[in-house]
Amino acid sequence: MKVINLIRISWKALLRNKTRALLTMLGIIIGIGSVIAMVSLGQSSTKSISTEISSMSTNVIMVMRASQTQGGINIGSGNVQSLTQNDIEAIKAGSVKISKASPVVNSSQQAVYGANNWPGSIRGVNEDYLSINNFEIASGTNFTAEDVKTSEKVCLIGKTVVDNLFDDGENPLGQVIRLGKIPVKIVGILKSKGQNQMGMDQDDIILMPYTTVQKRMLAINYIHMISASAISEEASDLAVADIESILRRTHKIKEGADDDFEVRTQQQILDMLSSVTGMLTLLLAAIAAISLLVGGIGIMNIMYVTVTERTREIGLRMAVGARNNDILKQFLFESSIMSLAGGMIGMAFGVGLSYIASYFLGWPFVLNLITMGISFFVCAAIGIFFGWYPARKASNLDPINALRYE
Amino acid sequence: MKTIIKVDKLRREFIMGIEIVYALRGISFEIHEGEFVSIMGTSGSGKSTLLNILGCLDKPTSGEYYLDNISVSGLSKNELSTIRNRKIGFVFQSYNLLPRTSALENVELPLLYNHTVSGKERREMAMHALELVGLSDRMGHTPSQLSGGQQQRVAIARALVNDPVMLLADEATGNLDTRTSYEIMSLFQELNTKGKTIVFVTHEPDIAVFTNRIIKLRDGLIIKDEAVKTMSAIAALESLPVNDDYEIMVETLN
Repeated sequence: MKVINLIRISWKALLRNKTRALLTMLGIIIGIGSVIAMVSLGQSSTKSISTEISSMSTNVIMVMRASQTQGGINIGSGNVQSLTQNDIEAIKAGSVKISKASPVVNSSQQAVYGANNWPGSIRGVNEDYLSINNFEIASGTNFTAEDVKTSEKVCLIGKTVVDNLFDDGENPLGQVIRLGKIPVKIVGILKSKGQNQMGMDQDDIILMPYTTVQKRMLAINYIHMISASAISEEASDLAVADIESILRRTHKIKEGADDDFEVRTQQQILDMLSSVTGMLTLLLAAIAAISLLVGGIGIMNIMYVTVTERTREIGLRMAVGARNNDILKQFLFESSIMSLAGGMIGMAFGVGLSYIASYFLGWPFVLNLITMGISFFVCAAIGIFFGWYPARKASNLDPINALRYE
Repeated sequence: MKTIIKVDKLRREFIMGIEIVYALRGISFEIHEGEFVSIMGTSGSGKSTLLNILGCLDKPTSGEYYLDNISVSGLSKNELSTIRNRKIGFVFQSYNLLPRTSALENVELPLLYNHTVSGKERREMAMHALELVGLSDRMGHTPSQLSGGQQQRVAIARALVNDPVMLLADEATGNLDTRTSYEIMSLFQELNTKGKTIVFVTHEPDIAVFTNRIIKLRDGLIIKDEAVKTMSAIAALESLPVNDDYEIMVETLN
């Protein structure tokens, strides 16, 4: 029997019961549609996060103080004073993989200008910090190495700080704001960076020479963090290894003892976040796959009903010359056509849904052809798998009994 | 004349639980080309069993069956399907048309299972078969849009479409009123005069009179096999009183 005839027969049989075929397909449509939408949205969110992070420059390395234990009590990292300016010098001198490094000293002081005030997150850094972390200056200039050396009372402020301290139209450049008790002159305004991947406002920041924060605000001589950049993204693993060995040496940490610092790269954060979104995607796709399974069972159910209902038709087809195999194939084609057509509608539906969703969420729209291809094969497999038993039942009918079936 | 059917000592037994039912107890006969044979018998006489074997839907327990000089007894299931497709045209009591499918597509059905027929040929052959039964103006109608007699004509066209060596009718007039039965029988007679061999299974003697040979079965054996004087179905149709209910109603209204 010609395949084209088989397809014709199955297609016509489905057309005779349009509503039923459509309702049966609905299960597959929803199943495939949701799988596609979930996977595609998951990939969109991963992509949106990774583009955001790479805009922050992927070769950033952060060195933090590790938490420490004293007499069995974990005292956290707040009191640890292990990192100093000397470490930065040692890292810069000791590793060719590091292009720049800046200390970070954090403080928070109420910022006051005229009648306005705002809780300022102050970050003491050196002149390289901007280029390490991809900050750009909208107007004014960066402070200089000289400013750092002399603990100059100058600062760069972010857009959120500008908005809260200054009235509209007022030019903050050259103005002096008060941070706690210290008057500080604004020498530059940072370009807006928006929120970071954790949802933190990166524009709510006041950058100052770290020496100023150390000596004039906190009266400390250690630093909180080191922010460094590797010469390239590929070199960042080697740079991390260099930093670790240099710091262990300068901190005189014995063989086998724990580090008193912690090194993190932007890449690690990226990996962590994408593993979280990846897991979520997998979970949602698994739930969607269950609905696909239910859709498949729906097909099987309807095919059983169809076979019983069309027993006489099957008997007639056999009487006029259909072989058992022809009947088997006809019903397999019917179930496969339903699941494939349902799958294609579902794909269109899923792609549409994820397109609309990613448009409103402001995520990049990702269309994964591999997922589409797999879904297509899954549909075909569902049609054949769930259509097999009903089709077998049909093809095993005895034409004599089938013709007389009431 | 060419022999279409030859059965020799045909036996068919069924095992029902612990009992053996002898449906056919060794019957032999021949049917030649151009004959119009009715097979008669009450229920339980074995005529349905014989029909199933003649239609290649069932196989005898023992004995030989030659259809168009082919020994059917030794054929496989698939070979029997092909025989049914090429050599036999079935007409059933309840028409067995596919619902919601046009008359033309219903008639095309057997040809879909014949890979030697192209799509174009299929259409032409189906149209020709519908012309033969006088339904060329109803090709696009679905069964629900046709009367019982017209549906049976579509079924006959479907039986004719593959140009079989014989038509096998199973109580083909059983669901029809007298007038329509006679119309169908006159169609069978017309096809018979054109040379078609027809085997007509019935239990109604007044239908069997339109055939030219009657084989009577009882308890699995042939009790009578004789040529009969054929009555013309057209004549019978004309002799029917014309006062159908409809006309009586019209008269009363007038």
